[in-house]
Amino acid sequence: MSLRNNQAVLLAAAASVLLVAGLALALFWAPEDADQGFSQRIFYVHVPIALTAYACFGWGAWKALRLLWTRESRYDLESYTAVHMGVIFGILTLVTGSIWAKISWGVWWTWSERQLTLFLVLFLFYCAYFMLRFSVESGPRRANLSAVYALFGVALIPVSFLAIRLAENFIHPVVFTRDGPQMSGSMFLVFCVCLAAMLGLFASLYTNELTGKRLDARLRELREAVE
Amino acid sequence: MTYFADVAALARKDILLELRSRDTLPAMLLFVVSALVVFHFALPSDASVTASTGLLWIALLFTALLGLGRAFSAEREQRVLDGLVLAPCDRSAIWLAKSLGVLVFLGVAEAVALPAYALFFGPVGWELVAAVLLADLGLAAVGTLLAAMAAASRARELLLPLLFLPLVIPVVVGGVGATVVDDPGRYLGFLALYDLIFAILSWASFEYVVAE
Amino acid sequence: MIQAQGLGRRFGPKRVIRDLDLDVRAGELLLVTGPNGSGKSTLLALMVGLLAPTEGEIEVDLPRGRIGYLAHEALVYKELTALENLDLYGRLYHVAERRETIGALLERFGLWDVRHQRVGSFSRGMQQRLGLCRVLLHGPELLLLDEPYSGLDASARTLVDDVLAEAAGARTLVVSSHEPEYVRPLATQALALA
Repeated sequence: MSLRNNQAVLLAAAASVLLVAGLALALFWAPEDADQGFSQRIFYVHVPIALTAYACFGWGAWKALRLLWTRESRYDLESYTAVHMGVIFGILTLVTGSIWAKISWGVWWTWSERQLTLFLVLFLFYCAYFMLRFSVESGPRRANLSAVYALFGVALIPVSFLAIRLAENFIHPVVFTRDGPQMSGSMFLVFCVCLAAMLGLFASLYTNELTGKRLDARLRELREAVE
Repeated sequence: MTYFADVAALARKDILLELRSRDTLPAMLLFVVSALVVFHFALPSDASVTASTGLLWIALLFTALLGLGRAFSAEREQRVLDGLVLAPCDRSAIWLAKSLGVLVFLGVAEAVALPAYALFFGPVGWELVAAVLLADLGLAAVGTLLAAMAAASRARELLLPLLFLPLVIPVVVGGVGATVVDDPGRYLGFLALYDLIFAILSWASFEYVVAE
Repeated sequence: MIQAQGLGRRFGPKRVIRDLDLDVRAGELLLVTGPNGSGKSTLLALMVGLLAPTEGEIEVDLPRGRIGYLAHEALVYKELTALENLDLYGRLYHVAERRETIGALLERFGLWDVRHQRVGSFSRGMQQRLGLCRVLLHGPELLLLDEPYSGLDASARTLVDDVLAEAAGARTLVVSSHEPEYVRPLATQALALA
């Protein structure tokens, strides 16, 4: 038990260090972008958060697959926690993306940002995941339904992205372009540190939340055994 | 090939049920025409072709939702779904039979909706018909699976639209795109890709939705 | 034929079955008794595979197609006729000589005259009798009967008695009942759920 505790603490420590380092690098050390100036730095936060959200959903889908394959109920909790984290990172993606849009172009939302649109669709999809879980009693049924839905989510990601690209041909949003970051070496380094930081944050939060939920379940079991 | 015999037996049963009760299909037909009339009043007079096409697709989506909401209603009473699930046949056969039934319903609804659209709004080209047929496959496949999911929950009428709408956004894109853009091939191809991916996924995972 | 170790099943926070061990051999008749809510129906549902255990495990040595399950509900379509319902199940269970088997069962359970009537118009007793037809249709080796006597009048009860008498020894049976007087002498094992 204490080994696991140690690992969790180390993970949290590593994530914190990376976060601080990443933010510091992004704010102070990374070279200023020629076109967008200081506001471009939010890219170092926004994109890693988005990629981490994808990682969460992917991890959740993997655990869902394990559940359906082995029928072991512990994977349900793991899948749910990962999806939960994914939604949180997804909300952060939408928020940071919105802030970036406001700073860059003065609008809080634009459909021309493919990533943002994709995240909006995914956000709706995974919110429905929670509605599904709330309306089914806990047990093997709910675990199965959630797992199947999580797998559909992961299939939806590339299909939706393709759809959004195709939609641009006839939707004609007000197009704001920004030059994709041609990342110089130092920019890339900062990006990688921030990405590692966000993934570390996910890993740390995920382990903590799982431990907490498992303790809750254990506590309930013990309480029942006593009754 | 007992699998297809099972599917046939189940599909036959669904057709019989609808012929007896005759409630779902007429409701869908009435709904789609009413929706189109509402849309006429909802559109400003200078609306483009794209706008009215988009509204047609919305009408079709919600008509599909109406039909899908009833897809498993006969099984829910008397817990008949349990009886089907316990049979030795592959559970995916239940999905296939139901999807075929939904497909037929959608087809009939569109056979009414498209002429009505041509009457109220504008001409219907081959691309629209092709897109609608391709879209039907995906809507029936995904919708049947989600209808079974919703049937297992407490809040089924509320849950089905929430599960359904995000998943079918690509279908709307494919459908509207095929109608509006000069080169519909890419969009029809995209619809076919969607159908393939989600039909396979639905077929493979139905087992886990109806059995524990 | 049926083995369970530490079997448990909860619904949300409520534990309905807890730490149950079972060993039912072929040809036995297990009688399950207990008040309402004690988990009799849940246990049978676990045996047939409609529910998965939340604790422990249960193993039944037969494929689905060799098990017959009679639930509280008739598991038949109300909008179809008795004959159509049995025909559907006959096809799904790949019953050989479907028409003859169905006809014989309908006659035996006194439903031949109403075979073309919608099940929705049946009384509870008639539905239960149709359920018995459905359960015996494919000649299962394991019969799981959940309260087979409920809702039946005296003549129908005799039909169930006959089914049990005929099946005991030849097939394996698990019967749950409120009123076990007839079944008890036939039972080789009894389980009282609290």
